[in-house]
Amino acid sequence: MVLLVQYTILFACILMLVALGGCFSEHSGVINLGLEGIMVMGAMGGALMMRYLPDGTSAFVVVAATILAALLIGMLYSALLAVAAIHFKADQTLVGTAMNILGTAAATVIVKSINTINNPDDHSSIVQYIEEKKAFIVNIGGFEFNWLMLLAVFVLVVSFVVLYKTKFGLRLMACGEHPQAADSVGINVYKMRWAGVLISGALGGLGGIMYITAGVSEWKFEYGVAGFGFLSLAVMIFGKWKPQNIALAALLFGFFRALSNVYAGFDFLVELNIPGGLYNMLPYIVSLVVLAFTSKRSSAPKAEGIPYDKGAR
Amino acid sequence: MRKILKNEGVQSLLTSLICIIVGMFVGYLVLLLIEPTGAFEAIMSVAKNFLGYSRTNMQLKHLGTTLAKTAPLIMCSLSILFSYKVGLFNIGAAGQYVMGACACLYGALGFGWGWLPCLLFAAFAGAAFGVITGALKAYCNVNEVISGIMLNWIGLYFTNMVLTNVKDASSAYTYALKAKGKDAILPTLGLEEFFSRNKYVGIAIPLAIIFAILVWVVLNKTKFGYELKATGYNKNAAKYCGMAEKRNIIVSLAISGALAGLAGAFLYQTDIEQWKVTISSVPTMGFNGIAAAFLGGLNPIGAIFSSFFIQHITEGGTHVDLTIYCSQISELISALIIYLCGFVGFLKMLINTSLAKSEEKHAKKKAEKGGDK
Repeated sequence: MVLLVQYTILFACILMLVALGGCFSEHSGVINLGLEGIMVMGAMGGALMMRYLPDGTSAFVVVAATILAALLIGMLYSALLAVAAIHFKADQTLVGTAMNILGTAAATVIVKSINTINNPDDHSSIVQYIEEKKAFIVNIGGFEFNWLMLLAVFVLVVSFVVLYKTKFGLRLMACGEHPQAADSVGINVYKMRWAGVLISGALGGLGGIMYITAGVSEWKFEYGVAGFGFLSLAVMIFGKWKPQNIALAALLFGFFRALSNVYAGFDFLVELNIPGGLYNMLPYIVSLVVLAFTSKRSSAPKAEGIPYDKGAR
Repeated sequence: MRKILKNEGVQSLLTSLICIIVGMFVGYLVLLLIEPTGAFEAIMSVAKNFLGYSRTNMQLKHLGTTLAKTAPLIMCSLSILFSYKVGLFNIGAAGQYVMGACACLYGALGFGWGWLPCLLFAAFAGAAFGVITGALKAYCNVNEVISGIMLNWIGLYFTNMVLTNVKDASSAYTYALKAKGKDAILPTLGLEEFFSRNKYVGIAIPLAIIFAILVWVVLNKTKFGYELKATGYNKNAAKYCGMAEKRNIIVSLAISGALAGLAGAFLYQTDIEQWKVTISSVPTMGFNGIAAAFLGGLNPIGAIFSSFFIQHITEGGTHVDLTIYCSQISELISALIIYLCGFVGFLKMLINTSLAKSEEKHAKKKAEKGGDK
């Protein structure tokens, strides 16, 4: 039971972080379908940082450096989307899709080459971080508290405040609703969209490192992040692009995702004799059903996905 | 010269070539970063693929393998471009492809069917997944990209579950068709002889080309295709003109799904590969279809060539020196090419504006000359 709660919170935090990232990007007017790829790249940045930190680094430095690496790589990678979508009016769906494939491919190539250079017989795409991972975790009576959980809650509060209570957030949202109007009162739409995409890159990278440190101590980068970026988008849509709703939606999705990890620990679930594959499908099926019921009246930012053209009326 | 450049087809070809060259070049830079010595040979072996063999019969044999894998890729890219013309981004093609593979393999190994019923079953399974996406889009306003991705994962786990019933307990792979489902192997039409007895070359290749032509005809020469495209340009206008826009969305995703389902059958019914029931990521074939569709300028005939090219470099990736580099380099290159395809609209605009400018100059010169007289 503790395990179920732990995994639910863990997965909910990951989904929430990435969904909040998507939320910033979409409120600025850019659809970020590349979150999956951003997560992979951020995870790679964090994992490599953990590997190359010298032994005996203090726990605080390990956590801070890893988070920083994931944030930076995520932001850097999201710049690919920003350039294409903001300045070159590219099809955002296409570019996002490309970034997802590119993210997994690039991370695999990078990790494999590093592994092969270190040891010519090693052609795997695995990074191990058994010792370093312990820095993230505090054990409280069987419940493994992860510092990243605290960070996720912090990000949630900050996102809410930034979006609704600051000049920056309100301007950002204006750019996603009616960029021409925003421009006419002197807001630089391009700058705001860059900010939105970069924030989503940072949060996506953070979600990525949290995902690969959840439960396991090594990661094979060929696997990517198993559709978590897209689940986060479903969370964002279900949460109606509002941080507080996103948090609740993430808890629901996190629960079903956790169930597929730990169902074997519940006697009554095992007795039902449902094949394991079904539990794996569950989060995706739930998200489809939920989307079917909540998408009718869309509360998406009005101008999302449309490249901003100064000359258009 | 200007006349040639103005042609839509020439522009598409030109921009696609730019994407390929830049993509390959960046791939080369990555190889250089990994290990400078041998990087050039590596990128050349990616570009050469089967041409890297010195003997003609080996070249033909490997050309055959590339072609056998090109056929499903053509179908995937047709699936993507067909729905894209209707204004839908069917990223669910990857899942529909998986469902096609599931249906044909279970038809062959579970029911012991012949090749034609297996093909039809695969098309049906893909279409069924397409209909789910289409219905969700038409009636519940669910974004087809999100629902497509969810269905990709559902399809993958479903396939793993179903195909576990048609494999040996000791192996992760389904039975080979040549052992347990001979009837389901696609006929080779004698093509295998030409490709140095490469038994994987068969009817799938001509069929894929016929489907490409069919898609072109349907989209460009029929009322049905016109209605679908009209729905894609402007849903509300189409509705206003009396077209059933909801039906059109569902029908086009069903067709798109059937094409992707056939793609799965075209690969697995040649017996070139067996399904591994423990895989935990959606096969890249469907996503490569996106690359091929856009690289081919969203033209069904272009898709034939771009699919061959993508498969060519994917196969080429396995020929690099694997002690230094890894075969994923070709995945990286095709992903880069998709990314660059996002800039095609901008490149075309650049060509057109520079054309317009030079034309203006030309007209001015002419006017000046006229004035002198």
